[in-house]
Amino acid sequence: MGGYGDIQMIDENGLRVDGRNATQVRPITIETGVIPVADGSCRMTWGTNDVIVAVYGPMEAHPRKIQRQDRAVLDVRYNMAPFSTSDRIRPGFNRRSREISKVTADALESVVLLEMYPRSKIRVEIEVLCAEAGTRCVGLTAASVALADAGIPMTDMVVSVASGKVNDVVVCDLNKEEDNYGEADLPMGVLPNSGELVFLQMDGDLSPEEFQTAWDYNIQAAYDIHKIMVDALKTGGAN
Amino acid sequence: MKSRLVARPDNMSGNSSADGPQDSQIVVPGENLGKSGEYEAGHGVVITNDTLLATKNGKLIIKNNVLTIEPIHTTYFPRPSDLVIGYVEGCTNNIWFIDIGAPFNAILPMSLGPSKASFGSTRQVLDIGESILCRVQEVEETHSSVVTMKGMGLRKINTGSVDEIDPHLVSYLSGNGKDLLREMKENSDCRIIIADNGRVWVDGEVSGIINARNQFKDLTQNYRLIEDGGNI
Repeated sequence: MGGYGDIQMIDENGLRVDGRNATQVRPITIETGVIPVADGSCRMTWGTNDVIVAVYGPMEAHPRKIQRQDRAVLDVRYNMAPFSTSDRIRPGFNRRSREISKVTADALESVVLLEMYPRSKIRVEIEVLCAEAGTRCVGLTAASVALADAGIPMTDMVVSVASGKVNDVVVCDLNKEEDNYGEADLPMGVLPNSGELVFLQMDGDLSPEEFQTAWDYNIQAAYDIHKIMVDALKTGGAN
Repeated sequence: MKSRLVARPDNMSGNSSADGPQDSQIVVPGENLGKSGEYEAGHGVVITNDTLLATKNGKLIIKNNVLTIEPIHTTYFPRPSDLVIGYVEGCTNNIWFIDIGAPFNAILPMSLGPSKASFGSTRQVLDIGESILCRVQEVEETHSSVVTMKGMGLRKINTGSVDEIDPHLVSYLSGNGKDLLREMKENSDCRIIIADNGRVWVDGEVSGIINARNQFKDLTQNYRLIEDGGNI
């Protein structure tokens, strides 16, 4: 990140390479119930990102050593398909997918009422079919919708979105070029109804003012994305 | 992960509770359903900071001042006296393990089995893979359950076909959809038993079974349409 700072990615009118302004989010579609055999599922496209999430459970946790007597275990698996990027990805778990699986599980644990299902396991499978930028945000947001679709009780839905800095300008929802050649990236997970933060990572450097701007962009974007999620759950699909 | 307060914009989700909750409206997790003093929290509703919050995606039912959510999708959780259809998944010398579609297998002790079996001969009475119609006798706090086959009509299923529908459709078919079920029975000329765990036993001629299964498939696909007041 930040290796090609001289590349111009924002024009004099403040428009980005894909024609968006600084606060605009890429187009989003959400469809629920896309995998009939799963207890809950969701397909989310966010710009060129395409992610499918399937939720299974609650089911008996195996092996028994992972069972918790007072609550369920959330087993999240984030995976990028080998064909999801222009460079083939070696199939299977790697360091990055383990990290994203863990932070996604941690974010979701703060909203799912796990104590209602002692000794059980809820399995969340996040499969990235096409990756542009911000797949962890898409995966986390889609996982929230899939969990709601599965009827898993939750106190809120997590909405995740990332803002960052490109050519010294803070912009919302980075695309591939901005993610690769930008100077900073701030993905956040927000609970829109309670206004709480459940997930935050930062890559690169932001001044306190830039951080505050990115924060505000993320909160506003989360509000807009949450409306699309609600629409999808109420009608089965939304644009 | 410990969460902390970062922003609390009023009405951030766009779901205003100013008009109050409305009967039959579809709600999503986290939706504000109003102050806790006005209504009591039923299934799928929790009270946080004196506010009623929906925890499931489903239809809101207001009855006797209690807010309840009828989920659109749900997993079956056994309750005592539920009539269920189970599959024998395994056995020991004196216990059968029954898959009743819940997160945990139920146990069927030899003393509650279909007929008298001697110690060690459980597989001669009920073998692995066989289907049974049984009743939930007991459910523990940890969701382990015990089923019984002692009771009128409880038996091993030897004929017909067992199909699955979403558990929430069971309450619909035993309530508002009762006429629909009677119509299905008449059209298919089959005996249909709907168990509380969403499994359906259809017994009769092969053509009738196919007919009934197609009708259940249509019902599952069009449930959202029915919720909106339409007919299938």
